[in-house]
Amino acid sequence: MGKCPVADLTWIDVALTAARPRAVAALLRFFRNLDAAEEAFQEACLRALKTWPEKGPPRDPAAWLIFVGRNTGRDVARRQRKQQPLPAEESISNLEDAEASLAERLDDQHYRYDILRLLFICCHPDLPATQQIALALRIVSGLSVQQIARAFLVNETTLEQRITRAKRTIAEAHVPFEAPGPEERAARLTAVAAMVYLVFNEGYSASDATATARAPLCEEAIRLARLLLRLFPGEPEMMGLTALLVLQHARSAARFDAEGAIVLLEDQDRSTWNGELIAEGLALIDKAMRHRQPGPYQVQAAIAALHARAARAQDTDWAEIELLYATLEQMRPSPVITLNRAVAVSKTRGAQAALEMIEPLAPRLFGYFHFHGLKGALLMQLGRAEEAREAFTQAIALANTTAEAAHIRMHLDRLARDR
Amino acid sequence: MLYAIFCYQDENITGSWTREQDDAVLGKLAVVQQKLSKEGRLGPVARLLPTTTATTLRKDHDPPLVLDGPFAETKEQLLGFYIVNCGSLDEALDIARDLGRANPYGSYEIRPIATFHDGKVSSG
Repeated sequence: MGKCPVADLTWIDVALTAARPRAVAALLRFFRNLDAAEEAFQEACLRALKTWPEKGPPRDPAAWLIFVGRNTGRDVARRQRKQQPLPAEESISNLEDAEASLAERLDDQHYRYDILRLLFICCHPDLPATQQIALALRIVSGLSVQQIARAFLVNETTLEQRITRAKRTIAEAHVPFEAPGPEERAARLTAVAAMVYLVFNEGYSASDATATARAPLCEEAIRLARLLLRLFPGEPEMMGLTALLVLQHARSAARFDAEGAIVLLEDQDRSTWNGELIAEGLALIDKAMRHRQPGPYQVQAAIAALHARAARAQDTDWAEIELLYATLEQMRPSPVITLNRAVAVSKTRGAQAALEMIEPLAPRLFGYFHFHGLKGALLMQLGRAEEAREAFTQAIALANTTAEAAHIRMHLDRLARDR
Repeated sequence: MLYAIFCYQDENITGSWTREQDDAVLGKLAVVQQKLSKEGRLGPVARLLPTTTATTLRKDHDPPLVLDGPFAETKEQLLGFYIVNCGSLDEALDIARDLGRANPYGSYEIRPIATFHDGKVSSG
């Protein structure tokens, strides 16, 4: 073991971040308490910052952190034991089992159920979505309370309380610690995939005001998706989810212009799309399709792949996209998916056909920005300016971000000019 | 003598690099590569996509077994590689099966390439 190869300490930061999900997950199995696991991890990180620059990085940083975390954590546990009754017999014997297996070098596969459990705890059905995301970002990704609070536009105390409440809920929920059976495993993977997608969407739907604070959310979600796929390499829906996230993220640089205004997919400068992420997404969807077990993430990824494959907007295979949305509609009936299919229909069969498709959705999507935005755009194409103006006015009132509002304002201005 | 240099690193680490850190590493590597390239000593350089995109063909089964994920056995050693141009993973697997019929032992890992630079090098 030589000196740390990089003079500055960024290498250590990256190594600690990279090891975090595995280390916290293993420490959670050991301590069976989120706070204790986190505390032990923190303690181990402090030791790492002291030791690694001198002695050089360990061969397996995660195993090192788990080992040190358990030992330092044990002092904490001993102190707690003085105030609390002894733990149950079975948890004591389990601690000894865990110790015996930890001496050897560990690889990802040793952590697979630990990590799945940790993620599953964060997306426990008793937790509202906002708490799930906050908890996953704090515990699994290791983002600071300040970073997360900024992303959600709340103050740090509020966020701290949210996390404390979430931890209390899951402590009371008693998630079992045994390796899950096939059914339970599938259920956990589905829940965890949904949570990872939620984290990504929080980052992806950022407005210009929160864009910088939320940018890391997309990267964290991709990191988690890739990690899950490495742990469960034969799951086509995990391939689909990872493909979907990298394909969407590949376009991130092109989605806003220099002033922060939205640039629609068809107007984006495709040369700024990230070619490496697109290649990864296409390879993953190709791999997933071989299993012939289609699922919603694979279908959405296939749609994203068709956009990615089109060198110019006019080369987009809208007929195929419409078919895929129809498949998705059957898998997960939802008016929002029908709305998306209508966009494809407007390209293949024209604005009138698309308008007829979305009109019945009005009662269910009345409060949905994109419904009125699309309705306005279709009416505008059909030359029905007055009705288009009405739809756009409703859309503006429902805009989620200033960028969305500005985009609709642009349409309204054009309608006013053409009058 | 021609030498191949294979790159190994923990994907959890490289996957945690920010875009800036990644660009910085590639920038430093490019300096070394440019020097070798000017001297006519640099052959092809490839950056592979993450192991999550890999598929493994186990040739010691008949028909060969297709497994998701990278090659993970430690009892077999890396002995060579091919770079082939294919329209899909299925095409690449077909080529691997053809090669496997000629040499039905061991495994092939099929991994898409992220970036590829053709080099010019002469052995001697």
